[in-house]
Amino acid sequence: MTLVNEPVVSKQQENRKKYCRFRKSGIRYIDYKDPNFLLKFINEQGKILPRRITGTSWKFQNKVSQAVKRARHLAILPYVTDGLK
Amino acid sequence: MSKHYETVFILTPVLSEAQMKDAVEKFKDVLKKQNATIVNEEIWGLKKLAYPIQKKSTGFYNLIEFTAAESSTVAALETEYRRDEKVMRFLTTSLDKFGIEYAEKRRKGAFNKKDVASEPVKAKKK
Repeated sequence: MTLVNEPVVSKQQENRKKYCRFRKSGIRYIDYKDPNFLLKFINEQGKILPRRITGTSWKFQNKVSQAVKRARHLAILPYVTDGLK
Repeated sequence: MSKHYETVFILTPVLSEAQMKDAVEKFKDVLKKQNATIVNEEIWGLKKLAYPIQKKSTGFYNLIEFTAAESSTVAALETEYRRDEKVMRFLTTSLDKFGIEYAEKRRKGAFNKKDVASEPVKAKKK
């Protein structure tokens, strides 16, 4: 019988093994011309999501940030906005 | 060994259809003069920009993928871009082997999206 006010911390949810989605799915090139794909890596304000949240490896995080910056240069993605998604 | 390059440039929307065409032609024969071979050329047409450039909110996008032996080709192309005031913005990137393979797949429509950058992200005003 758990105590009423004891916070139930679900073990798996808390330390869910983060993985690099590029290494898992075998994507090798991140296209800067495809906004729908890049949307997954930027937050509401259009900022690039950090690795600790997305869990991508260092190599692919560089590619993602380079692609996002190129897309911003070409006005495919906004530099700053609100309520992007 | 010829390297693969990919260039995207945006023309101002105030041009007429004919002016747009010959602007694109002009850049293509700048490339041809530098004996670069044009692999692929796409016109995404008039698209909404994610933020206004030079007070305009739409732009005429086109993409040219080419291979060039020496890198002076890119320098010549970019001076041509800078000279021409119809071009609002341009970006030239070199493609590594994964990029080349990706471009081929894209050309064959493997991503079943013909204009892959379908439309830029519009910021929804609350």
